[in-house]
Amino acid sequence: MSAPRTLFDKLWDAHLVKAPTPATPGILYIDLHLIHEVTSPQAFAELRARNLTVRCPERTLATLDHSTPTTPFDDLGQPVYASEEAAAQVAELEKNCAQFGIRLNGWSSDHRGIVHVIGPELGATRPGMTIVCGDSHTSTHGAFGALAFGIGTTEVGHVLATQCLLQSKPKTLAIHVDGSLPRGTSAKDLVLHIIGKIGVNGGTGHVIEYRGAAISALTMEQRMTVCNMSIEAGARAGLIAPDQVTYDYLRGRPYAPQGEDWDKAVAEWNALRSDAGASYDREVHIDASQVRPTVTYGTHPGMVVALDAAVPAATSLQDRRALDYMRVEAGKPLTGMAVDVVFVGSCTNSRLSDLRDAADVLRGRKLAERVRMLVVPGSLAIKREAEQEGLDQVFRAAGAEWREPGCSMCIAMNGDLAQPGQLVVSTSNRNFEGRQGPGARTVLASPAVAAASAVAGCITDPQSLLQEQAA
Amino acid sequence: MKPVSHIRSRTAVLAHENIDTDRIIPARFLTTTERAGLGRFAFNDWRYLADGRENPSFELNRDEARGCEILVAGRNFGCGSSREHAPWALLDYGLRAVLSSEIADIFRNNSLKNGLLALVISESEHRYLLAHPGLELAIDVAAQTIELPDGGRFGFQLDAFAKHCLLAGVDQLGFLLAHNDSIEQYERLRGVAA
Ligand code: SF4
Repeated sequence: MSAPRTLFDKLWDAHLVKAPTPATPGILYIDLHLIHEVTSPQAFAELRARNLTVRCPERTLATLDHSTPTTPFDDLGQPVYASEEAAAQVAELEKNCAQFGIRLNGWSSDHRGIVHVIGPELGATRPGMTIVCGDSHTSTHGAFGALAFGIGTTEVGHVLATQCLLQSKPKTLAIHVDGSLPRGTSAKDLVLHIIGKIGVNGGTGHVIEYRGAAISALTMEQRMTVCNMSIEAGARAGLIAPDQVTYDYLRGRPYAPQGEDWDKAVAEWNALRSDAGASYDREVHIDASQVRPTVTYGTHPGMVVALDAAVPAATSLQDRRALDYMRVEAGKPLTGMAVDVVFVGSCTNSRLSDLRDAADVLRGRKLAERVRMLVVPGSLAIKREAEQEGLDQVFRAAGAEWREPGCSMCIAMNGDLAQPGQLVVSTSNRNFEGRQGPGARTVLASPAVAAASAVAGCITDPQSLLQEQAA
Repeated sequence: MKPVSHIRSRTAVLAHENIDTDRIIPARFLTTTERAGLGRFAFNDWRYLADGRENPSFELNRDEARGCEILVAGRNFGCGSSREHAPWALLDYGLRAVLSSEIADIFRNNSLKNGLLALVISESEHRYLLAHPGLELAIDVAAQTIELPDGGRFGFQLDAFAKHCLLAGVDQLGFLLAHNDSIEQYERLRGVAA
């Protein structure tokens, strides 16, 4: 009998074209390569310069998301780009996909959207796969029990040309989340809590496997939120073993196997879990019952605090700089801090359930004066579903902007950005200085906290509003 | 890629921890389809004031930091996004090596693939270099050593393959392409043939 293996070990072993040696890294086969307009042009240029072709166009899937506008189309039905460069970048991807025979979910596609939203939505993301993309939040797809991680543009070129990557074997970190999440907390609160515990470099060099009762209890959308932010702890990837929740989500999706193939696939996926007795390089235990609505107060995603707790005092020069930048006072909670902009969107929190969470808080309410709120669905499909449910009406009636899908203010490279000094409560994943516009200040939060803060005009626990509603 | 075997330069120091890739090059400069010419955006939002003038209080704008090819940075340098524009910008800016006690995975990978020596050194040596900006260091890739002006010397980790690629100036795509037979065989065995 072979030694017990972790889920990561199984995925790694199954994709090794060549095992690592002391002199060379391993060669890892890639099942699905996702590409977008920002990190791919230079890789295609390299292919052309070397007269190479795309080895497996059918294993490559492209979308437009980062530099694309989320404003309505113009009178001619054309997108209105923030710059000529952005338009040229999109045109470049269109040209590259056409030339190399790659499926592009472009402007005319019903499946356009954020790369990490559409992969799962189409059923292109499935258990047991290796998935890469020139984008660090590729870790999202690990929620399906796939080994998924971000790569640089040179590596995008490697995968285009050979469908393989050179990889050294990462270490494994098990994060056991025991107990259950209290009412009124979300997957976003959980993952912010975890990053606060292990730190922004707590996962460096490791693949995280999230395990335990609180993880099993999450929906697929919530699992994606958790895995999405693995990179914010520095981890190479995040993983959750597939189970019935995974299968129920995938069944019937356009790229999911059908009929007998489906049954065969499920039988294989059932083996994708860590064996009893398998050992990890490190293990961490988190008690889910301790999680409270959580936000960031500083300039990296490890600087987190529960909404009802005081911001910790700065212990280093860096921390003091961060507090100064954020104009946050140590010793007081963040609640009550004035908000200028609220952003609900990004591959962390732009799925239907996230929009519902935000709409539940907003229903029948208005945004506080001078608060601007953008709601940006993760994909066109989500946008349409939300509209069928009337969520767009809730947002519009409250005074929020209902946008076309895309990355938008998560990365602020398409013209959607906050002004210097403005405070943004954002459901995205990075609160780095200037991430949402030069000088803009970002507080990361769940959709419910974001929506409540939009209504109150200051950072607010949604429970206070929801209780009011029930009363 | 040009071979990289030795670097001798004074150091500039950016002691901040967790310098993320949005600091190294803000996302709004990523709409380019080129990899050349990004040096002018390196550390943009620290380097320039809102009116476009150089920010005199930014460490790398000081006279003694100009022309330094070795950056000593606070721990967890390069965290955040996978954008290879970060090492492209640093190289174009004139840096050839970044030393820290901890460097984010993807950034480190991207850097080495472009000939930017992103090297992890021990905490005590890191502390020493942070406290002594402007030291003239000699990095020897083959020997995996960094020599101080006083003759002191310390080592760094570098995996054998990355070292080989740096020294020979070969890029890794060639290595992968040479394994085409193995890749085909893998596809046949797994039944994933194109
Ligand atoms: S939504 Fe934000 S984090 Fe996600 S892929 Fe787009 S830019 Fe990256």
